Amino acid sequence: MATQDSDHHAVANADGDETAAAGQAYFDKIIAADSRIEPPDWMPDGYRKTLIRQISQHAHSEVIGMQPEGNWIGRAPSLKRKAILMAKVQDEAGHGLYLYSAAETLGIPRDVLNDQLIAGKARYSSIFNYPARSWADMGAIGWLVDGAAICNQVPLCRASFGPYGRAMVRVCKEESFHQRQGFEILLELANGTPAQKQMAQDAVDGLYAPALMMFGPPDSDSAHSSQSMAWNIKRFSNDELRQRFVGMIVEQVKVLGLTLPDDDIRFNEETGKWEYGELDWDEFNEVLAGRGPCNAQRLTRRREAHENGAWVREAATAYAAEKAKREQVA
Amino acid sequence: MSSVGTTPVVATAMGAATGDAMASATRITPGNALRPEDIAGKVAAGSVVVPQDVASYALRLGDDALILAQRLGWWVSRAPELEEDIALSNIALDLLGHARSFLSYAGGAWGKTEDDLAYFRGEDEFCSAHLVEQPNGDFARTIARQLVVSTFQHLLYNRLVDSQDATLAAISAKALKEVDYHQDHAYQWVLRLALGTQESRRRMVNGLDLTWPYIAELFDDDELIDRLEGIAVRPSSLRVAYDCRITQILAEAELDVQEVPRAAGGGRSGRHSEYLGHILAEMQVLAREHPGATW
Repeated sequence: MATQDSDHHAVANADGDETAAAGQAYFDKIIAADSRIEPPDWMPDGYRKTLIRQISQHAHSEVIGMQPEGNWIGRAPSLKRKAILMAKVQDEAGHGLYLYSAAETLGIPRDVLNDQLIAGKARYSSIFNYPARSWADMGAIGWLVDGAAICNQVPLCRASFGPYGRAMVRVCKEESFHQRQGFEILLELANGTPAQKQMAQDAVDGLYAPALMMFGPPDSDSAHSSQSMAWNIKRFSNDELRQRFVGMIVEQVKVLGLTLPDDDIRFNEETGKWEYGELDWDEFNEVLAGRGPCNAQRLTRRREAHENGAWVREAATAYAAEKAKREQVA
Repeated sequence: MSSVGTTPVVATAMGAATGDAMASATRITPGNALRPEDIAGKVAAGSVVVPQDVASYALRLGDDALILAQRLGWWVSRAPELEEDIALSNIALDLLGHARSFLSYAGGAWGKTEDDLAYFRGEDEFCSAHLVEQPNGDFARTIARQLVVSTFQHLLYNRLVDSQDATLAAISAKALKEVDYHQDHAYQWVLRLALGTQESRRRMVNGLDLTWPYIAELFDDDELIDRLEGIAVRPSSLRVAYDCRITQILAEAELDVQEVPRAAGGGRSGRHSEYLGHILAEMQVLAREHPGATW
């Protein structure tokens, strides 16, 4: 995502110093009261930029996330599973739409965000740069990836920016449904034939570490965390959320009769926290830098869909303009 | 939409949830819409008996819906706008729901489930029309196919709600409401593409040209239809209304109906386009790798 120097903007607005001071006072009061900032309210540039970055990354993740699951719509092994998967991918497109809309309330059009995405300038969740090779990945994506997303997103329902918090309420409801569907896919496979059970275990093995990395870098290396917490956007640190997630899945995996590929998971009685084995952050950074297994494929698909659809969007715009003109004449 | 006469029959056949059978839990009450699982349950329990001919007819309806759903599912993550990803996948999802209901019902005649029929029949046992097997092409070609199929299905289900077969009538009543939206979606896009830009018009005309040869097959009658008087809808009886509706839409879009030779067809008796084998190869591959497995 393109970042701009927030100081330039502040200098350009020097004339509005008084307004800004009043705005800042109001903003600080709202944040201190843990209440909500709405789109017309004054907000610091950094707050606006942080939200645009975070909300658009989230929207892009939903949109790119349609691809690994879309990859299995055609091959879903039962019609019921096909229907559930189709509905799920459709929900993701819907989440993308709410989130782009929330970002638009901050003054950035969806077109611009989309252009940033297809130009490779925006980020989205690294997890979607891993391939969905087997049907069991549909289960593991639901259980682990959507599960991690829920851990991240439930606290965001209380985010200080109103449109984001409200969008997250609906997103979280649907995500929790997706997580249960994913868990059910794995449960069915784990209780199925030996080949099915192996498929399920392989998928969990493959997605465990990438899912843990979805919470972002360790707190010691997280660039944005502390300011976001001060602004009541983030409520818990990356590591806090990651520990909480490990505590959840370590119990759930027992119900599945599968294992997590991490021998170092243990509950630390002293700290009251779950501990887990070291994650390969070099791999994370490689994928983040665009060198993951599917980065190029995902962006190419998005770019092609956008470019192939240009004539359709132009037609719709031309039709609407012509219709408006005719109505004016009439 | 649903005639008063058929409603109690349906409620009796498929089971009303509570109270007044005229309220028709299966067809109207929100939250109690007819689900494929309900049909499969009734059929498995033997409370609904499915005659062979009715099953063969249901199979045709189900296969059309299934193959088209399979085709449309491709668009997810590839549509011109996020709104269209949603619209096309929603239409695919509706069609898949219709397919599941029709196949669950048809399977009752042969002791088969919807999945037995979808995943373990060979190409020549499918009875979809060639039109739904045609490639998606560009967005205009998909919309042209949608225009024809949704118009046809709307007319069909609008009549089938009066079928003497209560289950076909019930499935149709639910499908009709959904196909109504499909038809509007296709109509709205035909106008936009035909009257939008030169490029979109060229593509819309091309999409329709590629679609015309496959329309006639939809209206073919055969012996099965003859044997199902009062139960099935005679396809040829829908042609006049279909032509009337399509002509109206095309006139509004300032397009002409082309007179082109019809393709041979044969889908109803298992003679398919070359495309179907590929569609089934994708759809069936995983299920066939694990015969007997449940998912």
